Amino acid sequence: MRVVVCVKQIPDPASPFELDPDTHFLQRPEDQVLDDTDRYGVEMGLTIAEQTEGSVALVSMGPAGSLQGIRQALAMGADRAVVIDDPNLRGADSLATARVLTAAISREGFDVVIAGTESTDGYSGVVPQQIAELLNVPLLSFAKKVDLEGDRIRIERQTDYGFDLVEAAPPAVITVTSGVVEPRYPTFKGIMAAKSKPIDQVSAGELGVTTAAGQEIVAVRAAPERAAGEVIEDEGDAHLRIVQLLEQAKVI
Amino acid sequence: MDFEPSPEHEAFRRVIREFALAEVAPYAEEWDRTHTFPLETVAKMGDLGLFGLPFPEEYGGSGADFTTLCIAIEELARVDQSIAITLEAGVGLGANPIYQFGTDEQRQRWLPDLVSGRALAGFGLTEAGAGSDAAATGTKATLDGDSWVINGSKAFITNSGTPITSLVTVTARTGPDEISAIIVPAGADGFTVEPAYRKMGWHASDTHGLVFQDCRVPAENLLGERGKGLRQFLTILDDGRIAMAAIAVGVAQACLDDSATYASERSAFGRPIGSNQAIAFKCADMQVAVEAARLLTYRAAWLKDQNRPFKQAAALAKLYSTEAAVGATREAVQIFGGAGFVDETPVSRHYRDAKVLEIGEGTSEILRLVISRGIGLPI
Ligand SMILES: Cc1cc2nc3c(=O)[nH]c(=O)nc-3n(C[C@H](O)[C@H](O)[C@H](O)COP(=O)(O)OP(=O)(O)OC[C@H]3O[C@@H](n4cnc5c(N)ncnc54)[C@H](O)[C@@H]3O)c2cc1C
Repeated sequence: MRVVVCVKQIPDPASPFELDPDTHFLQRPEDQVLDDTDRYGVEMGLTIAEQTEGSVALVSMGPAGSLQGIRQALAMGADRAVVIDDPNLRGADSLATARVLTAAISREGFDVVIAGTESTDGYSGVVPQQIAELLNVPLLSFAKKVDLEGDRIRIERQTDYGFDLVEAAPPAVITVTSGVVEPRYPTFKGIMAAKSKPIDQVSAGELGVTTAAGQEIVAVRAAPERAAGEVIEDEGDAHLRIVQLLEQAKVI
Repeated sequence: MDFEPSPEHEAFRRVIREFALAEVAPYAEEWDRTHTFPLETVAKMGDLGLFGLPFPEEYGGSGADFTTLCIAIEELARVDQSIAITLEAGVGLGANPIYQFGTDEQRQRWLPDLVSGRALAGFGLTEAGAGSDAAATGTKATLDGDSWVINGSKAFITNSGTPITSLVTVTARTGPDEISAIIVPAGADGFTVEPAYRKMGWHASDTHGLVFQDCRVPAENLLGERGKGLRQFLTILDDGRIAMAAIAVGVAQACLDDSATYASERSAFGRPIGSNQAIAFKCADMQVAVEAARLLTYRAAWLKDQNRPFKQAAALAKLYSTEAAVGATREAVQIFGGAGFVDETPVSRHYRDAKVLEIGEGTSEILRLVISRGIGLPI
């Protein structure tokens, strides 16, 4: 199968981040890392490609920087990457993002598109749904397990109470939760191989997409400090008070 | 001059750091406490290609340079020396002699499993009566028809008794003035692995005494040229010294990181202990030592990668880095106070583990001897 995995480079979550004072956009350093949630997508893509003697192409939109995060995914084993880095897309909203990614995915050709459920730096969580709609293919979302059953894809969709069994014939879009598969560590050989894998850097225009950012961030405010919690001194009956509080919160 | 590691070296370092934090750090205290050799983790390291880093692809290796191996060893040692020495000895002392001196058949037979981490090999040089003075080897091997018959014993042999140990190469006297190296497969008749030593540190690393009683192995198990065994083993140790230095760099770095954090967080007399020069300067000195050790170590690795002479550089790196590491663990425990003496903090484990770095693969005294001779002194 031809698998396309949507991946995103994000600032290393371990280092402090800053917002641009004028645009309120996240300031992105040269060296970004592969979004942790995307590792599951890449691993899932590699697993499907290995089972079906297929290929894995990565599609990514955002400032390319040193491409460190993309190379991480290539080092895991993906075959090639398309990176759409276009100054006109700075601050693109999710629909604009989905349009651009859809154009790149269509140009690659695909049987399956895989994405994480949401990015760790943006958290909108709607781009894969929009891509499925724009591609006009079924969406298998929140997969905690993915199986290929003959010519159908069957997933277990994570729900609050357990899971739904959902299936569709490819072409389709799948979003995977962390835990769907255990991402492999890139090997040294993989890192060296990634050096010479093709990374196609294009603008939105080259994909035939004319879309503007579509949103403006007017202001950013700090979330209110959380109020201090209640401290319960234990005089032998603290457990009763705790149970009472949990009941009030409708947790138990 | 260029001391910039390649982007690939850096990418690999990040992978190993992540691996070490996820797969080793959470368990290191338990392995230490229970003296567990972590087979599953070793298998994961095998999957990651670590045991095959410096070997060619035809044996399943990665074809990486020695610097890459040192990076992996350093990053593992930052969280656990036992796992780092398992890799260092597995590659440097286990597989390397077979690769360097083995015949085509010997390489084909043993290397693929060693390189993939499915098997480990030991390096049997030291004996109760022959440590620094390795030429005093008392173990004997005599040719009887098409077999070597080996009699004698070895002491302190790393990776020699794990469930996946496939062989031990041993030095033995094969004539009056002749020491040769012979491959002894695990389970060979007359080959006994003694119970593991009770050690002061490196609890999760496998160390045994070995006994050979009329142990018979095929004549073709001779490794390299007859009579060249000792010289071969000493060459292997030159590589090993750089890798041991890499362990030391990792340990010293871990002590610096932990000490700096603790010195900023721990308060006494109403202020962080790190606001006292007595404590802050310990950290400053530690950083000097870490950086100097790292430069010596990676310069020795670089010389080796450039196919330049590196014997002296390897001795300098091992001597300085291991003594720096032992010093760093001592100061780290001091900075942690009582908390550094109990096994709940990694610094206490680092302290117990580090001492042997000044002993294995050439004691500090023997290294000073090697270095003095390298300078040209009549010693
Ligand atoms: C955990 C562990 C793992 C090991 N793994 C292996 C292994 O895998 N394979 C292997 O072959 N060996 C291994 N060794 C053995 C190690 O290499 C030896 O212990 C080391 O070489 C020192 O030898 P020794 O213990 O006999 O000490 P000795 O040689 O008896 O030395 C005792 C002391 O005398 C000093 N000394 C000796 N000669 C001189 C001199 N001429 N001038 C000044 N001082 C001198 C030494 O430096 C040392 O301080 C291991 C040891 C340990 C503890």
